[in-house]
Amino acid sequence: MSDIDLTTTADDEVVRPNLERQLLEGRAIKNNVLTVLTWIAAILASVPLLSVIYMLLMRGGSRLFGADFVEVLTALPPAGFEMGGGIGPAIVGTLIMVAIAALISVPFGILAAIYLAMLGPTSKVATTSRFLAKVLTGFPSILAGVFVYAVLVISFGYSALAGGVALAVLMLPTVVLAAEEAIKQVPQRMKDAAYGMGCTRTQVIWKVVLPTGLPGILTGVMLAIAGAAGESAPLLFTALFSNYYITEVMEPTASLSILIYNFSGMPFENQIELAWTASLVLVLIVLVFNILARLVGQPKV
Amino acid sequence: MNAAAEESVFVAEPFTPEGDVVIDCNVEQIYYGNFLAVRDSVVPIEKNKITGFIGPSGCGKSTVLRSLNRMNDLIDVFRFVGSVIYHGQDIYAKKVDPVVVRRYIGMVFQQPNPFSMSIYDNVAFGLRLNKYKGNMDERVERALQRAALWNEVKDKLKNSGLSLSGGQQQRLCIARAIATEPDVLLMDEPCSALDPIATRQVEELMLELKANYTVALVTHNMQQATRVADTTAFFSVDISRGGRTGYLVEMAPTKQVFEDPQQSLTKEYISGEFS
Amino acid sequence: MAKNPFDRAGSSSSITRPPSAVEFTNDSIFRTVAYSCAFLIIVLVAFILWEIGKEAVPAMQRYGLGFWTGTTWDVNKQQFSVLPEIWGTLYSSLLALLLGGLFGVSIAIFLTQDFIHNRLAAVFRTIVELLAAIPSVVYGLWGIYVLIPLIRPGAEWLHEHFSWFPLFSTDLSGPGMAPAALVLAIMILPTVAAISVDAFRRIPYKVKEAAYGMGTTKWEAILKVMLPTASSGILAALVLGFGRALGETMALAMLIGNSNQISLSLFAPANTLASLLASSFPEAGPIEVQALMYAALVLLLITFLVNVIGLGVQQYTVRKFEGKK
Repeated sequence: MSDIDLTTTADDEVVRPNLERQLLEGRAIKNNVLTVLTWIAAILASVPLLSVIYMLLMRGGSRLFGADFVEVLTALPPAGFEMGGGIGPAIVGTLIMVAIAALISVPFGILAAIYLAMLGPTSKVATTSRFLAKVLTGFPSILAGVFVYAVLVISFGYSALAGGVALAVLMLPTVVLAAEEAIKQVPQRMKDAAYGMGCTRTQVIWKVVLPTGLPGILTGVMLAIAGAAGESAPLLFTALFSNYYITEVMEPTASLSILIYNFSGMPFENQIELAWTASLVLVLIVLVFNILARLVGQPKV
Repeated sequence: MNAAAEESVFVAEPFTPEGDVVIDCNVEQIYYGNFLAVRDSVVPIEKNKITGFIGPSGCGKSTVLRSLNRMNDLIDVFRFVGSVIYHGQDIYAKKVDPVVVRRYIGMVFQQPNPFSMSIYDNVAFGLRLNKYKGNMDERVERALQRAALWNEVKDKLKNSGLSLSGGQQQRLCIARAIATEPDVLLMDEPCSALDPIATRQVEELMLELKANYTVALVTHNMQQATRVADTTAFFSVDISRGGRTGYLVEMAPTKQVFEDPQQSLTKEYISGEFS
Repeated sequence: MAKNPFDRAGSSSSITRPPSAVEFTNDSIFRTVAYSCAFLIIVLVAFILWEIGKEAVPAMQRYGLGFWTGTTWDVNKQQFSVLPEIWGTLYSSLLALLLGGLFGVSIAIFLTQDFIHNRLAAVFRTIVELLAAIPSVVYGLWGIYVLIPLIRPGAEWLHEHFSWFPLFSTDLSGPGMAPAALVLAIMILPTVAAISVDAFRRIPYKVKEAAYGMGTTKWEAILKVMLPTASSGILAALVLGFGRALGETMALAMLIGNSNQISLSLFAPANTLASLLASSFPEAGPIEVQALMYAALVLLLITFLVNVIGLGVQQYTVRKFEGKK
């Protein structure tokens, strides 16, 4: 006979945990409240965006989608009390300066990225360069303007070229870092195959790595262009402004962003409307490049 | 070091092949940084034969193979002590540029690695690299036929190389490697990523390639070695001195290695006692 | 390059040949060019520091350290100092960080902690990306014509009833600290959100498993496990967001009121280093330009410092998780 009683009586209680959901229990309430708050935060964050889009379409769209949209897109900016007028020179100015900026920053950026990603990834120069490129991404855009002012404008005067150079300084870090990422994404085994066939490092890069990594590189370039198109601070000290279409690269030029800045403070309804119209056109340009970035980033397999 | 310690270091019996030796590989030491990866392995590669490297993982067979075309140079900390004589020249001599070496010695890797270009461009890659002026279409077709891939892709040469199945991709890589008719073809476990049917096709391919090329093959599959290799080099791992250092145990005609191995270690490996 | 040592190899291989001299030269040249471009980035940063420093020297000699502590910016008296601007820069960025940081991290949690389907998450991610894509001037314009009229009633009510509270001590007559800080918060939210999302994504899956395996509710897991694990990454996000706020120019120039005063009040107009530069430069004479260059140097030093710290924290985070995945 053992002294352990293995029988149970009907009076014994068996404690079973309650596995069902408890809606009103303390932990559950806290959980749900926080979830609701997070949802509210996410929706609140969308509100400014929706408001901006609404204003752009309403106030900007009224001139742009109206009967005189050709005039709006091509005419010269109006002076104080004038009616009508347009943002033609500003559109052209923005596009030209962005093109100059891209022409400068894209080749330099990609070449630097090639060195950082493949030719000397662990060298001191590469680590320092990479770190400084990341620091430059947070560089205040106005200081890019101040820098180019000191270097170019003092000697050569205000010009679209100076504006383009300032934008290039701002585009460079984005291009370098995105291109480096894209090159690193090319599978090592593909690079190995090229080396195995007896390619010099340059040949591996030009014949295999760049073609394969091109979508990623172009994505970075498109995003950098989108950012540069929207910049205004650097242009204040470099390209200044102009009310006329640009005739040569060494003179000041209009730009959408500076036009918006100038007109936003004016007490004239016409100018303010044009500021909204210019904002809409600017955002559309930025959007186009953002979409291009996404489209171009489809890898080719 | 005293005599007793020296005697305990095993070095394989030298193997003298009957035919011409295309690559005379003489490894004294291979280091990765401070780590001694391989020691004392003399592996002569015979012309128009398939030499198989077998052994347990970590025995250095891939390392030795990749040393034959200086692929290991891509690793910063790699250091080769010894010599690899190819056409009378030590490819590890100071004056020798690895890029030149790799033009003559082709390689097929473990993972299929076609370029992200069309099938045609993949095969033509080596031809264009070497500024081939002859009939490119003909060479591409010949290479694809030799790689037993032509019938499957002849209508879709413009498709991307990456659109093929794993086995087809590997055969494409083989076609790419042989299009330039290299002296020697190094194959580093070329079937390990393939299914049995594709493996069989690649093995048949290797036997056909023998007529025109010299092949050095690393395989973890003993049966594959018995099926295709004329000569087999068996490597093992030496842990007697604290590290894991690979070394050549025995090298002989395949039949002899598998039916009448001279070393007990070889016997154990063959019979599956360790892997 | 020595004579090809494999000349005799030609027997079977008539196709392959070593790279030509041209190819070798191209290889050397190209690699040098690529190296120079990478080096150029270092040179560029040094050049920027040098140029701005150089232009600031005359003003530095004239005003010395008093530039940092004085409160007048008077063109006529030729007295220049930027303490109000330093204050405005820091205060506006701090306010923006509090709001933008909170929302940014919340959205990062929202996007990464399985609250919504992937499709819906993609929608919100797009919303955040679009917020980042809108140019600064457009935010400024929107701020003037939408935000200020919107918050004015509320601001006036707060001022009426709580003017004893330092934050509400003045009237919002138009531009001021509050609208500027609000827009700034919206502008840095995407930066904070993106880096925080990254931080959360780096958390190894097994940490999440461990938390939920203990029977935590979703929020207990987030607050007690995920956040602490991602804390250094989130810190990096906040520091870098702060850095962005410090350098922001146009929207602030349009919304902050450009008034050189120091006030705790949310509704008082103020000025920041960047907007001082933006608004004063076009009309500035040579002496004022020199003072502005000094102000630019101050801004450069502050943002450089903050960005380097932020990056340092971020790199520390990456290294911390490198081995753990």
